[in-house]
Amino acid sequence: MPMTTDSTPYSGKNLPAGSPNPPDRPVPVAGESLGREAWRRLKQNKAAMASLWLLMAITLACLVGPYLLPWGLAEVDWNAFNVPPTLEGDHYLGTDANGRDLLARTLHGGRVSLSVALVATLVSLVIGVLYGAIAGYLGGRTDNLMMRFVDIMYSLPFMFLVILLMVVFGRNILLIYAAIGAVEWLDMARIVRGQTLALKRREFVEAAHALGVSDRAIVMRHMIPNAIGPVIVYVTLTVPKVILLESFLSFLGLGVQEPLTSWGVLISEGSDMMESAPWMLLVPSVFLALTLFCLNFLGDGLRDALDPRTR
Amino acid sequence: MTTPLLEIEDLDVDFRLPDGDVAAVKNVSLRIAEGETLALVGESGSGKSVTSTAILRLLPELAHTRGAIRFHGEDLLSVSNRRMRELRGDRIATVFQEPMTSLNPLHRIGDQVAEVLRLHRGLRGKRARTKVIDLLDQVGIPDPARRVKSYPHELSGGQRQRVMIAMALACEPELLIADEPTTALDVTVQAQILALLKELQQRYGMAILFITHDLGIVRHFADRVCVMRQGELLEQGATKEVFATPRHAYTRALIDAEPSGEKAPVPEESPLLLEARDVWVRFTTRRRWFGHDDHFAAVRGIDVTLKRGQTLGIVGESGSGKSTLGRALLRLLESRGDIRFDDSDIAHLDTAAMRPLRKRMQVVFQDPFGSLSPRLTVGEIIGEGLRVHHPELKRADRDTRVQEALEEVALDPAMRRRYPHEFSGGQRQRIAIARALVLKPEFLLLDEPTSALDRSVQATVIDLLRELQRKHDLTYLFISHDLAVVRALADSVLVMKEGRIVEQGTTRELFDHPREPYTRELMRAAFLSDAA
Repeated sequence: MPMTTDSTPYSGKNLPAGSPNPPDRPVPVAGESLGREAWRRLKQNKAAMASLWLLMAITLACLVGPYLLPWGLAEVDWNAFNVPPTLEGDHYLGTDANGRDLLARTLHGGRVSLSVALVATLVSLVIGVLYGAIAGYLGGRTDNLMMRFVDIMYSLPFMFLVILLMVVFGRNILLIYAAIGAVEWLDMARIVRGQTLALKRREFVEAAHALGVSDRAIVMRHMIPNAIGPVIVYVTLTVPKVILLESFLSFLGLGVQEPLTSWGVLISEGSDMMESAPWMLLVPSVFLALTLFCLNFLGDGLRDALDPRTR
Repeated sequence: MTTPLLEIEDLDVDFRLPDGDVAAVKNVSLRIAEGETLALVGESGSGKSVTSTAILRLLPELAHTRGAIRFHGEDLLSVSNRRMRELRGDRIATVFQEPMTSLNPLHRIGDQVAEVLRLHRGLRGKRARTKVIDLLDQVGIPDPARRVKSYPHELSGGQRQRVMIAMALACEPELLIADEPTTALDVTVQAQILALLKELQQRYGMAILFITHDLGIVRHFADRVCVMRQGELLEQGATKEVFATPRHAYTRALIDAEPSGEKAPVPEESPLLLEARDVWVRFTTRRRWFGHDDHFAAVRGIDVTLKRGQTLGIVGESGSGKSTLGRALLRLLESRGDIRFDDSDIAHLDTAAMRPLRKRMQVVFQDPFGSLSPRLTVGEIIGEGLRVHHPELKRADRDTRVQEALEEVALDPAMRRRYPHEFSGGQRQRIAIARALVLKPEFLLLDEPTSALDRSVQATVIDLLRELQRKHDLTYLFISHDLAVVRALADSVLVMKEGRIVEQGTTRELFDHPREPYTRELMRAAFLSDAA
């Protein structure tokens, strides 16, 4: 989120250390740029830091893991169908009904799920935050028009939109990104608009007007940073939503196709085999659940770290 | 003295916070006799509200209370929660400061008053209703039989406070705790509410614990007074004695903190700086797709002239349009009419054309908590105007100017790297002043800059404003509902009501010989302490 680590012109290490604190200030913390101070505060939050490390480990495993594994994504081990997880054999996390290594498939699936989550969330963040902040800040007719457009987008049936895209552009994984991103920013825009409506009546915004600050700078410096709390919370909710949406599309045959897979697809396949081969459900579910847990903790930590009022 | 109604003995309240204990109340002992009015006076953070909240045991969990609070000899700190609930609202009742938020917006006021009667008296249905109407009538709500069906948003602030009082009185309590019950109200309404409390006290013979920071009210209202500072009880005694011969230096300082002095007049030949003719501001209350929109005129044809170096005070109650007028003159709001600044027409300039003028006319707002963006450092906040108006300045130069501005408002320049929430109200208001001053303006709109501050802090901010005016030959437009402050600061005064000018004149003329009945009423309500 580029706008939260607001570039701060004269608050950094180039300044001499602060002189003694005023008597009534108990907390002896010298000012720093919001970005650096936020990082320092985040580091103090153990849950958030553990989540950050785990999240990085999962991402790294998904990126690098497939190259290190002896089994490919679609490679069939004719000697091992439906093998449960084992430490002795070749398949640590077992195989599926077609004899494909589950660890390899889960890591490959993670690439798709994580990248969809990342791209769709970024799209929703950038478009949604800007759109909402501008609509809320400008208000009046502009706001009305912009938000009616959002309403129209909402009312379009999502499936219809995806099928339409497929028909026009052919089947392509990029289309899933585009389709999900196009829908997810709507919620974000509404949330940010609501925040902005409340913020723009605050006196510091009026003071900025009186200083002659341009509308653009007011939105970027005063509106968006102050709306960031709910935005981060919502982002942590968007990621799981996006991952599940992708698996839903794939389930209908509109998303990723065999042999390519994703966590959502693996989970839906696994749930069919739940009684005979529970590991096929458990393995991808654990990966997904861990990721989502981490994102929630990290999101909470970020929200607190970015708010200078919390210590 | 027989057993007092309420006796607080050696009360300590500590807040166990993550970064250590904070003692909010230290070793406080006081007594309230039946039927007496005891005022608990102090500035924000003095522990007066904590003390009163401790009586009802409504403090948050992290507060630890020691000592004894005896009500009719029963120690409230050790009775069961159930017993405490019986006492609350029945024998001990409370009226809070904020009439806007202390009523539930989703319930009719009649039902809210009836709830107290149902809980403590078991009254229901018709009998409860009759009692509610009777109570609302006693607290002076007009047409109570119809008003019981109103929702809180349909009532004015003063009326809501009356409803709160009705709720408090429902069970004829022996002790009423009134925590700044009039602070959020206009002066004329404040006077009415105080009169009502006094009258009801006599009728029911209840004791009142009155918590306030306003010494004017205390002098007028209380039998005895306790002065608190930083959790300690400094002084207590009969009101007359404490005011006549304060024993503690702090009490004396509080009494003397009433703003005093007056402004030296500007020379006759001083040129006009701001001139406005027939200014109207209208707000659209309802937009229609077809036909005309609905409007509400907040400012109705007002003329203003300000000479260089002059201070014009605008007084009026909330809703009088005084803040709207100020914003319109600075072109922060669309208005109709002529506005000339330094002999050039500014009423028709667009945003871009206004920008170079912005650094010459600045503004300081009322709320020191809302007027600084919580996510920017103080240095960034003050430097923002420099970025706009002096983009050529290098980072280091800008930083120097920020430091100078902080020094000018008597703050440590090292503070520029902190965030607003680390400062007290008075310090924040100084930061807001520094933000305006850093651009070296000629004209400053001061919109209630001292209203949210404690009296003693207020006095220092007023001194600062005076000094800055002398030093930089500033012109002030000072908006306030506080007549004492206006009298100390302004050359001339303009009294507004419902968007129009009621009366205007030089400060002395207006304060000594108010002509209009409305002005006189304002004065009487504002200076009730002097009259008493």
